[in-house]
Amino acid sequence: MTATVGTTPRVPALTAKGGLMKLATYPFQVLSYVDADGYPVSVAVAATIDPAARSASFALPAGLAVPSGVDVSLTGSHIRPQPGYGYDERRHVTVWGRAARDGDLVTFEAARAWGWDEAEVPFFEYSERSIGQSRKYFDALSAERGSPVKPRLSAGSLALRTTRLPFLSATIVPVVLGIAIAARQGTFDLLTAVLTVIGASFVQLGLNVANDVFDSAQGADDANVTPTKFSGGSRVIQYGLVTFRQMAGLATGFYVAAAVVGVVLLALRPSTALLAIGVAGFIVSIGYTAPPLKLVYRGLGEIAVALGFGPLMLLGAYVVQTGGSLSWEPLVASLPIALLVALILYVNEIPDRRGDARAGKRTLPVRWSKAAVIAGYRSAAVAAYVILVVAVAARILPIPALLALLTVPLALRVSRGLEPNYDNPYGLMAVMGVNIKVHLYAGLLLLAGYGLVLLLGAVAPSLASALG
Amino acid sequence: MSTLPQPVEELLTAALVGELTVVDSTDRPVTYPLIPLYDGSRIYLTSSTLFSRKLEHIKANPKVALSITDPNAIGGRADRVTIQGDARVIDEDPHAGWERLLPVWEAKEPAIVAFLKARVALPLFFERSLIEITPRRALYWVDGDAATAPVVSDAERTAA
Repeated sequence: MTATVGTTPRVPALTAKGGLMKLATYPFQVLSYVDADGYPVSVAVAATIDPAARSASFALPAGLAVPSGVDVSLTGSHIRPQPGYGYDERRHVTVWGRAARDGDLVTFEAARAWGWDEAEVPFFEYSERSIGQSRKYFDALSAERGSPVKPRLSAGSLALRTTRLPFLSATIVPVVLGIAIAARQGTFDLLTAVLTVIGASFVQLGLNVANDVFDSAQGADDANVTPTKFSGGSRVIQYGLVTFRQMAGLATGFYVAAAVVGVVLLALRPSTALLAIGVAGFIVSIGYTAPPLKLVYRGLGEIAVALGFGPLMLLGAYVVQTGGSLSWEPLVASLPIALLVALILYVNEIPDRRGDARAGKRTLPVRWSKAAVIAGYRSAAVAAYVILVVAVAARILPIPALLALLTVPLALRVSRGLEPNYDNPYGLMAVMGVNIKVHLYAGLLLLAGYGLVLLLGAVAPSLASALG
Repeated sequence: MSTLPQPVEELLTAALVGELTVVDSTDRPVTYPLIPLYDGSRIYLTSSTLFSRKLEHIKANPKVALSITDPNAIGGRADRVTIQGDARVIDEDPHAGWERLLPVWEAKEPAIVAFLKARVALPLFFERSLIEITPRRALYWVDGDAATAPVVSDAERTAA
């Protein structure tokens, strides 16, 4: 399979009039022209600017021969020094046009403009919009040398970025919880438990990499100019750090490794339930972005993630331990986890929504209004905690499972942070970070609850029994 | 060995930002704000491959000018300079070749070291080429006012 990496949208164009309007806000302008020797000359002038007439005028700089009838430029540039840091408030604008001398006065007719203001296009977005230029430069450098020249990262950093390893918590939490529930019911086998964690991790790593492969093939990652460290994919293909073919090979490798572990687990603990869950897990994982299913492109991404990182992971781990027996407890325990993990994707889709819409990826934030998306977050988060409380009240889950309610304040922080940061991907980054913690900490606290019950079961069985 | 007058060297050392002007394929000037880095004889600037169009222009036409005009970027000084020179793009190793200038860069923008430690987050920004300018001529405005003709110093003459 091959794919052409698409073109990232560049910074929106500036009109000559727009450029002059910006130029007029600078305290002085730098006139640049090419002298008779072919070298540029730059000199600060105080121009009178008339954007409506698309013109400017300034006094002829003493001792300099400003040429008529050729393109010259006027540039405005601004920074705010920040001692001990560097500077900020970067902006600049250049307007090109023809200059004409009238005695000691130079008049300038604007023709076109270009500039950047980090208050309008944040630096990270500006960088993303410029990756096409980086690709072009490396291509030219490779042609110059006759051998490939590519951007690089250290092996560790590249592995981290390519596989998005830190997101493995989404797998480890439900899998270990499934094992813990089985252990509380009296069945635990260390070898198959470890193999389950490894196999499930391979599935997620395969999903992470395959997601980039198919999003690149379908243009979604190229169309996204506001990725953050939590959203927008790894971007290693877009940056030229790893080729499309290498990523496709890596995804295949992870899925093959996962399949091998799955076969070993089936050999050790044969059951129809495990086979069914394993097959369903592969289908959901690969079909998340891959044709023909393309679940995330059809608006089913949130459900797929909830299913995959909730019931399938948790029940899969559980049935490996029980040899195929199913019960309500792991299914019910997986529901809050499923909702909270789906909310990670859901919030992460908010900054991606414009790029996703361009690529035809019909996620909920693409389809819904801002108010509906925020209401959706609140409803799903409330549902996760209500299910937990009801399950404990119904004595399906043990009382210490309520420890997960300690994450409610974090969920409230996310809920409150969505509205003010909805249109600011970089402001939303902190909210996304807290949202990931909601899922992780809720899962760990559920695990801690089960750990407590298991511990009490060993030292004070009557108390453990009272706790559910 | 320096070929530039002392006040010009002082401006180069102090300036947080200068304006690099290159000549494009249509003989038109194109200006880019950049941090000037000065090692006592040559002027260096660095450019990420993300914003490498200027490098393409320089490779096609090495004639450039670097101006320092913003009092805000030079601690309130009023004097201004434009240095014309011949530029060379050094891009043998875009990944690490530019790092030899990191100490000079850090002196002007201390935050760059922290950014570099987070290279994994912004890998292409740190794939960079160096622009080395050999000064040819300096146009110096003592009071920064273009109403007065600049003092012109020929770099070779100054060196002699």
